[in-house]
Amino acid sequence: MIEILAVLGFPLAGAAVLAIMGERRHAPDVNVVASLLTFAAAVALTVRVIAGGSLLALERQFFVDSFNVFLVALTAFVGFTTSIFSRPYMRVEQRNGRLTAGRLKLYHSMYQLFNFTMLLALLTNNMGILWVALEGATLATVLLISLYRTPASLEAAWKYFILCGVGIAQALFGTILLYFAAEKVLGGGGGALLWTQLDDVKGQLEPTVLSIAFVFLLVGYGTKVGLVPLHNWLPDAHAEGPTPVSAVLSGLLLNVALYAVVRCKVLVEGSLHTPFARDLMIGFGLLSVVVAALLLSRQKDVKRLFAYSSIEHMGIITFAFGMGGPIANFAALLHMTVHSLTKSAIFFTVGHAAQASGTQIMDEIRGLVSSSPALGWGLMLGTLAILGMPPFGVFASEFLILITAIGDRPWAAAFFLAALGLAFAAVFSKVQPMVFGEPTGARLEVRPAMVPVFIHLAIVLMLGLWIPPFLAEWYRQAARLIG
Amino acid sequence: MAGIPLYAQLINLLAAILLLLAFAMLAQRRVLSLVHLFAAQGVALGVSTAIVAFATHQPHLYASAGLTLLLKVALLPWLLHRLIRRLDVRWDMEGLINVPTTMLIGIVLVVFSFNLAYPIAQLASTVTRATLGIAMASVMLSFLMMITRRKALPQVIGFLAMENGLFFAATSATYGMPMVVELGIALDVLVGMLILGVFFFQIREQFDSLDLQNFEKLKE
Repeated sequence: MIEILAVLGFPLAGAAVLAIMGERRHAPDVNVVASLLTFAAAVALTVRVIAGGSLLALERQFFVDSFNVFLVALTAFVGFTTSIFSRPYMRVEQRNGRLTAGRLKLYHSMYQLFNFTMLLALLTNNMGILWVALEGATLATVLLISLYRTPASLEAAWKYFILCGVGIAQALFGTILLYFAAEKVLGGGGGALLWTQLDDVKGQLEPTVLSIAFVFLLVGYGTKVGLVPLHNWLPDAHAEGPTPVSAVLSGLLLNVALYAVVRCKVLVEGSLHTPFARDLMIGFGLLSVVVAALLLSRQKDVKRLFAYSSIEHMGIITFAFGMGGPIANFAALLHMTVHSLTKSAIFFTVGHAAQASGTQIMDEIRGLVSSSPALGWGLMLGTLAILGMPPFGVFASEFLILITAIGDRPWAAAFFLAALGLAFAAVFSKVQPMVFGEPTGARLEVRPAMVPVFIHLAIVLMLGLWIPPFLAEWYRQAARLIG
Repeated sequence: MAGIPLYAQLINLLAAILLLLAFAMLAQRRVLSLVHLFAAQGVALGVSTAIVAFATHQPHLYASAGLTLLLKVALLPWLLHRLIRRLDVRWDMEGLINVPTTMLIGIVLVVFSFNLAYPIAQLASTVTRATLGIAMASVMLSFLMMITRRKALPQVIGFLAMENGLFFAATSATYGMPMVVELGIALDVLVGMLILGVFFFQIREQFDSLDLQNFEKLKE
């Protein structure tokens, strides 16, 4: 219990401290320290759950099981490495005059607050608080996306606020309907929105209400996952905000929103006994994979390119959760982990590369390998990993998903495979000249933070070759839980 | 109407008023009047919540009725007023679709919502179950308002009105969500409004207007 409070307390305290102390020289360090403490607390929580199994705390308001514990650890970890990356990155941005001291203060404070809302959404047992936390995350990220105050960034932030605001309102309606169904079985009051309580009685929940509720919940949280056709905000938000924010949006927010969808799916599935929820998720997932793959080749901005790649990968994960069953769920959970790590690593390198060349337009970024080898190789390896090249972890999870799809839904497997091929061709042909082309001669003025990039890629490589037994056990347990 | 207790009739009346106000907002082009309509919706919402609280003897609903009145009748309209005065935006231009067409689409949406809510309302044990369709309809109407307006401020009022509809769904169909959740939602709405207030000034600084037509650059 103390671990849960620590996981939530450190980012909250960090946000307050950073807001009060203002933009001093050490603010980025405080940001790193707060993230490190959060990560340490998450590790302590993880160790506790490995030893003692799932736990309920604080009058059942918080719940940790094998499904969310690894997401908590992943979120805290990526939050920590991104804070390391953001130190040199934001220093360059400030030197280039894109940010004032006041904005940096806002940035650091909101960064911690965003981490807090993510962790709260993961740890809470209350479906209502889950909604509140995700809405809080929207508000924090709106401020982060509009940080540069350029016309394009304001437009991106506005679009994000309106689209996600409308989306999340649908999710609230879904939550109300869920409560409406639960109240009849569990009685009124606080207990009827607790996920563990709902899970116990899911067989008795009214199927008609739950199927309507699921449509609202999927559309609502799906907007935040970036599922096509609700994905419009995602590329803009990724391209116009500061790069550390792009990294946490792709690495954390999308995962957490999908986590909310899956939690709801478990309840609906238990009540309905029809493949309704599965079919919806398969449909949305497959559509996202195909549409994103088609749009990838038309991108000119490097951050938009990888934002579309995020849509594609969230589609893959949704598709896999939709198919369900032990293998597809296992693969989906693995894919969540490796996508989050790989994509944030890619954004780290892309951010520095854009700073070195002074542009995000891919045609103007050339020859990274000769101007700064670590950056070039980091981007190349990250790209190969995200495109599903063996021996990286993405290959393993995509392979498992494809195998299940061939057995389960052969027609979908064909689309899936074609989209993966298309995405490979589009992304590789764009990244290759950026890495190996004729260099433009631009150099980065600070030492890029390459350590997080290579740590992330090393973990992804390891997960492709060998999954630690406790992690595999979690994935298996969680896969069984999701059904 | 014999057999239906007085309070249920009152709630049905307030529900009808809520829907009427949603239609009025759809047609209204003056920004200031939009704010007044929004405040009136807040009053209807607060009173209906208080009636539900009285009828079902749920003390926490009184608190949420008070919260509604404070937030949606006093605080948010006051903030909006200040914004309008300082930004000097009194009129909205014609929306993307003209008023009569918008109203017709609105009627279709209401029919759709009632159909969707019908099977759920059948299951409701609460006396106010008929209002679920109305709540859903006002959410849809606010949604329509958000899509058809071009300026930033009416879009935001549409967003807040949508939240009103959701809140009404929560109180009428289920007698209110747990208190923690309600407080969280209220906090989110308030913070969101404050952020948007700051945001408007930035948008205007950059574009010299709050007309979202200027937002055409980001595509795909």
